[in-house]
Parts: sequence; structure tokens; C-alpha cells
Amino acid sequence: MIARIVSGLVPFLGLVLIWVLIWGQVTWLALVTGVALALIVSATFYLPAVRLSGRINLWFGLLFVLRLLGDIVVASLQIAWIALAPGYRPSNAVIAVPLRTRSDLVMTFTAEAVSLVPGSIVLDIDRETSTLYLHALNVKSVDEIPELKRKVLDTERRLIRAAGSADDLARLSSGRTAAAEEGAP
Amino acid sequence: MSAPEWGFDSIRDVVTAVLVLVAALMCFAAGVGLLRFPDVLSRLHAATKPQILGVIAIVADVAVSNPSLVTITLAVAIIFFQSLTAPVSAHMVGRAAYRTGHFRRDILVADEFRGHD
Repeated sequence: MIARIVSGLVPFLGLVLIWVLIWGQVTWLALVTGVALALIVSATFYLPAVRLSGRINLWFGLLFVLRLLGDIVVASLQIAWIALAPGYRPSNAVIAVPLRTRSDLVMTFTAEAVSLVPGSIVLDIDRETSTLYLHALNVKSVDEIPELKRKVLDTERRLIRAAGSADDLARLSSGRTAAAEEGAP
Repeated sequence: MSAPEWGFDSIRDVVTAVLVLVAALMCFAAGVGLLRFPDVLSRLHAATKPQILGVIAIVADVAVSNPSLVTITLAVAIIFFQSLTAPVSAHMVGRAAYRTGHFRRDILVADEFRGHD
């Protein structure tokens, strides 16, 4: 019950926070209109409650954000260089990466983070097996694919450490993929 | 006139100038990539990605040149929501392009999605 209230409350408070941030000042007017709008939005655009894992590690969260920013800077420069350098020869790949998490939230954020880093776009997600299908830019041969997959799994690992459930953490240490469990009886 | 003093303001000016340049370079590279890359899926990389660093640089630039609580919170909000929504649009276009076959299969070294779509 508490988990359900918290799951509903977090997006609600998030909406109020955005509203206050957009106004740029914390006043009663901004707060009251924010709460009113958040109520309207969550009533009209009803979404199934997000299942939060119930644990968060701020230190690993910070590490995740810093690493993501670093990745964005490095990869942006790489893509910019690929675009500008003479003698560009297109060579891409579409790869499937089976994740270990079973949580929609971690899967979504992994997809977001992977997409945000230049050079990879999430084409599709298989929710049943927690598999991401990515389009990766500038993959010269199939030998580079395992390295790409490892990077995605590293992103997932950092996210699970930051805010994954105990269940996901256990799967992380055993290395089992959600897809493998799906197939098991 | 004495030699220019290197105070807080001039350091801020240098940081501002560098950030604007980085942002401009990113937008330029995105434009060139858009022209040079061969198919929809590759162009998506150019169209959606270098911008994210460009946006971060420009917004950080505004926050550095005009540091106040209001600007900084707004800057954080802008970066957060840009980062949250940019991949979604890229995903939607990418998915549509793949499913309708608007991409060049001959430049893929592997396609592990084939048969799963």
C-alpha cells in the first residue's frame, strides 16, 4: 500500500517541481497552480503506476550521471569528427542486447541513457525478454559488436546499482539475463 | 591603461566563449552529418545527438554568464527534459524507418533485429 502511494506521489511531486522550476521562483501562487495542474495532468493522462524499486543509492546515482555526461561529451566529439572528416565510409550495425533487469523503469532509463550517448539509437525494445535493439553508427566490423554490447550492459549495471531492486542486483551478480529466465521452465 | 586584469569576470568570459564555440561546432557537425550520412538511421544520429552536447553547452553558458538560482534551476530543468525527450523522438523515427525499410541494409555489418520486428 505504501509502495503504491509512493509510486503515485513521485511523478506527482515531479510535475509540481517542473512547474515551480519553469516559473523560476517558489511562491504560493506557483505552488498552488502547480499542484492543481499536476492533479489535472495525472487525472487526464492516466498512466499505470511506475513500480519503483524502493531503494536508491545517491553515490552510484551520481557516478551514473557523471559517467553519462562524460560519455556524451566523448561520443559527441567522435560523431562530429565522423561527420566532418574526409573519406567517410558508412558502416553501421543493428544489434540485440539482452538486459538483466526485469524492471520497466531500469529498462527505460537504460534505453534513454544509451540513446542519449551519440552513436547509438534504440530501435525497439522487447519488454518480455528485456532486450534492446540498437542501431550503432560507424561499426566497421562484427568484431566491434561485443564491445558495444558490453558498454550497454555497463550502463545497465550502473543504473541497477543506483536504483535497481534487490532482485535485479542479484541477477546482476549472477549474470543471468531476463531472456534466459523467460525461456526457463 | 594597465594590463588587463584577470579577475573573475574575464575567466567567466573565456568560459562563455568556449562554451558558445563548442555548441556552434556541434550544431555545424550535426548539419554536415545530416547531409553526408547515407540513410535515415545514420542521419538520425547526426540530427539528434551532437545537439545534446550543443544544448548542454549553450544552457551551461547562459548559467555561467548569468549565475543566479533562477537561471541555474531552469538550466538544470532544460537539460534534464531535453535529455529525456530527445531519445524518444529519435526512437520513434528510427523505429518507423526500420519497419518501413527506409534504410540501407548494405551498409550494416550485422542486423540482429531481423526477424524480431
